[in-house]
Amino acid sequence: MTTPAATAAGPAALDVERVRADFPALHQESHGHPLVYLDNAATTQKPRVVIDAVRNFYERDCSNVHRGVHLLSQRATVAYEQARTTIKNHIGAADSREIVFTRSTTEGINLVAASFVRPRLEAGDEVLISHLEHHSNIVPWQLVCEERGATLKVIPIDDDGDIILEEYERLLSERTKIVGVVHVSNALGTINPVRKMIELAHTRGVPVLVDGAQAMPHLSVDVRELDCDFFVCSAHKVYGPTGIGALYGKREHLLEMVPYQGGGDMILSVTFEGTTFNEPPHRFEAGTPNIEGAIGFAAALRYLDAHGLDTVAAHESELLAEATQAVLALPGVRIVGSARRKASVLSFVMEGVHPHDIGTILDSEGVAVRAGHHCAQPVMARYGLSATVRASFALYNTVQEIDALVAGLKKVREVFG
Amino acid sequence: MSDMRELYQEVILDHNKKPRNCYVMDCATRTADGHNPLCGDIVKVYLRIEDGVIEEISFQGHGCAICTASTSMMTESVKGKSVTEAREIFEGFHEMLTGVAEEQGVEFGKLQVFEGVREYPVRVKCATLAWHTLNAAMDGDDESVTTE
Repeated sequence: MTTPAATAAGPAALDVERVRADFPALHQESHGHPLVYLDNAATTQKPRVVIDAVRNFYERDCSNVHRGVHLLSQRATVAYEQARTTIKNHIGAADSREIVFTRSTTEGINLVAASFVRPRLEAGDEVLISHLEHHSNIVPWQLVCEERGATLKVIPIDDDGDIILEEYERLLSERTKIVGVVHVSNALGTINPVRKMIELAHTRGVPVLVDGAQAMPHLSVDVRELDCDFFVCSAHKVYGPTGIGALYGKREHLLEMVPYQGGGDMILSVTFEGTTFNEPPHRFEAGTPNIEGAIGFAAALRYLDAHGLDTVAAHESELLAEATQAVLALPGVRIVGSARRKASVLSFVMEGVHPHDIGTILDSEGVAVRAGHHCAQPVMARYGLSATVRASFALYNTVQEIDALVAGLKKVREVFG
Repeated sequence: MSDMRELYQEVILDHNKKPRNCYVMDCATRTADGHNPLCGDIVKVYLRIEDGVIEEISFQGHGCAICTASTSMMTESVKGKSVTEAREIFEGFHEMLTGVAEEQGVEFGKLQVFEGVREYPVRVKCATLAWHTLNAAMDGDDESVTTE
């Protein structure tokens, strides 16, 4: 894992203008202004190579995978399985069979909750998550805990938005059956010390799932270095298509796990008396998969790798520092979340103005941000807020776009006085 | 910018800053809760209805400027009106925000300031949350109202 920090001897500077040329959607107007897209934590725009990879599949290789004897099906299967290998390499997994394609990060968590945790969860057991989690890393655990009579425990955070590690250690017990923790918080940008947290859990024999949705675009992830048991992510947060994600699971876990859904592709043989399930990862990929999504996902990771995550992280780190300073200089603005290590997310509130009104006024200036609870209501509640404005940065954002954000915020003040 | 002044008219900003009838009513005969899950806007409407007439109305809650101003102005516009009249005002108000263009042109007095909201479809829910909640309170519906 790399700390996103630019130093004199650090990574080469990113050629942002060249990067921008790769993203068709950036070159449009919004309400008569050049589009300033700062809602990247919700979803990122897609580079031409991703769009082309998806189009190419439909124009040339469109076929089903893992079954046809004909040429197109072979090409589709090769492309789909190569995509799996690309993802494996990108996150540093040992074996492609440890990568399961899912619809989303959310589905990856639900899969682990249903197929790994549910069978081993008994009444009185505990599932441990942090206060920073997205709803997708809360609700699946609530469902399985309720069903099994287990308890969901929450690791508290401090006022800066950092996990309180001493509390985490205290909450880990022999009743803990899994820890689910977000790598990078979507609401505050906190980078959690997941490596340390995994180490602490493992000394007590507790497996850990890392929600890597927001980490993927900003940090170079190495699942073997982290030693996480499960890592879940989505393509669309990292310049790939929507509707496709990946679950990494240690092979020994996947081999033990029961199927998630039944259907085609996840079986070896079926009779009315019974079914022999296929090996992982296919055991967890019932039905015709999102083939073009997987191919687009791989294209996105190759694109990101070509720039180098250290270079990207350094650029985004600079943008975050610049934006933090500029926004703090405005009267009545308060930043929510000032963790020791942050990635690309600036969450803030403005005295006397509701985030939704700020969002509407910024939109009228062409600046796209998120205003709301960011699917992390417990985080908002922690700060006594119902919503914040969130500007989130990607590799194609510029310092000029931060100026546009600041100019937009000044307009908000003009309107609201 | 002129668009924004159109949306955030002085009257709206004034009601947002100083909401009218914003208090807990101890002697309410009807109440209802409204919630906009997308924004987190929350409003509770209190009514004292006597002989089919809204003698007193108040609210509590938090939300964006459009939501707060709309709630505040709603309380002023229906106070002293019969339940039937209040429903008619709501229907007209709803039509102003969501109806097709040809049907426009009906005058709504002060509530006309919300006409600009129709240009912002995602904000229509902010302007109508209080009215849906009022409707539920008049119906005697205990279920929480959501705009989803």
